[in-house]
Amino acid sequence: MKISINHQEYEVAPGATLEEVLKAQGLGGPGTAVAIGTKVVRRDERATTVLEDGTEITVIKAVCGG
Amino acid sequence: MSELTIGGRRFGSRLFIGTGKFQSNSIMEAAIKASATEMVTVAMKRIDMSNTQADDMLHHVTADHIQLLPNTSGVRNADEAILAAQLAREAFETNFIKLEIHPDPKYLFPDPVETLRATEELVKLGFVVLPYIQADPVLCKRLEDVGTAAVMPLAAPIGTNKGLVTRELLSIIIEESNVPVVVDAGLGAPSHAAEAMEMGADAVLVNTAIAVAGDPIAMADAFRMAVIAGRQAFEAGLGGISRSAQASSPLTSFLD
Repeated sequence: MKISINHQEYEVAPGATLEEVLKAQGLGGPGTAVAIGTKVVRRDERATTVLEDGTEITVIKAVCGG
Repeated sequence: MSELTIGGRRFGSRLFIGTGKFQSNSIMEAAIKASATEMVTVAMKRIDMSNTQADDMLHHVTADHIQLLPNTSGVRNADEAILAAQLAREAFETNFIKLEIHPDPKYLFPDPVETLRATEELVKLGFVVLPYIQADPVLCKRLEDVGTAAVMPLAAPIGTNKGLVTRELLSIIIEESNVPVVVDAGLGAPSHAAEAMEMGADAVLVNTAIAVAGDPIAMADAFRMAVIAGRQAFEAGLGGISRSAQASSPLTSFLD
């Protein structure tokens, strides 16, 4: 099935969890946060969050700014 | 100099620093150190999936004595701001949020209606909200009513270095406010910061003036001293202003 991370599409196995997908891309460490659609997914919810076809994931990190 | 308390945290420094526009993260880190600040802003953006290993600015600003102040820059309305704040809380493990909603790209003026709405919701969600706003005394009271932790009225548009363009309105806000007043945006020189502090502002937030200075580290130190001087002058009580001369030496009986 297809999901997207920050508008980039990825092919992942059906039933994949958010944690698995983030780990595969080297994402999700300290100083980052994740949302699916407009809902923030807490760190302790990632392993139990099963993705569906078409899931849109946003991953943010800190950047400089006033 | 008295301490400042916002959101239950005490701050020994009344100079808050923004992290934008520095030439490098190492210069930014040195300027933060020179400023002796205890509150530093960070922005957020989507990770570029083609460059996920880019330099992480966070380790340049993280320290036990520094409170991170994530901002919501880039959002266009209250709903986006609330999502951004929740992402910030997850990423940085803090309830502090600098709420900025400025859909106008030319002057970056904050939207007061969306800002008030977002503040009310974020307070309910347990955030310590510091909203960036126009120097509007009525809005400040409305924000107070919904539980804002502080107000951050602008001195001049972001990044302009124009100084206290809104001086008269700021003085009213300071006089009337029951929450800390942090003068944000437009302070271009240490003298501007000192004047804001002499007026009774509780703190100032400075970014561009330090980041684009010839020597940002020396400028950070200059702002540090200016903020201390201005606050100390305010607490000492400035002398009154009079129209006519007031002699400071005896004017009669010379050599009598």
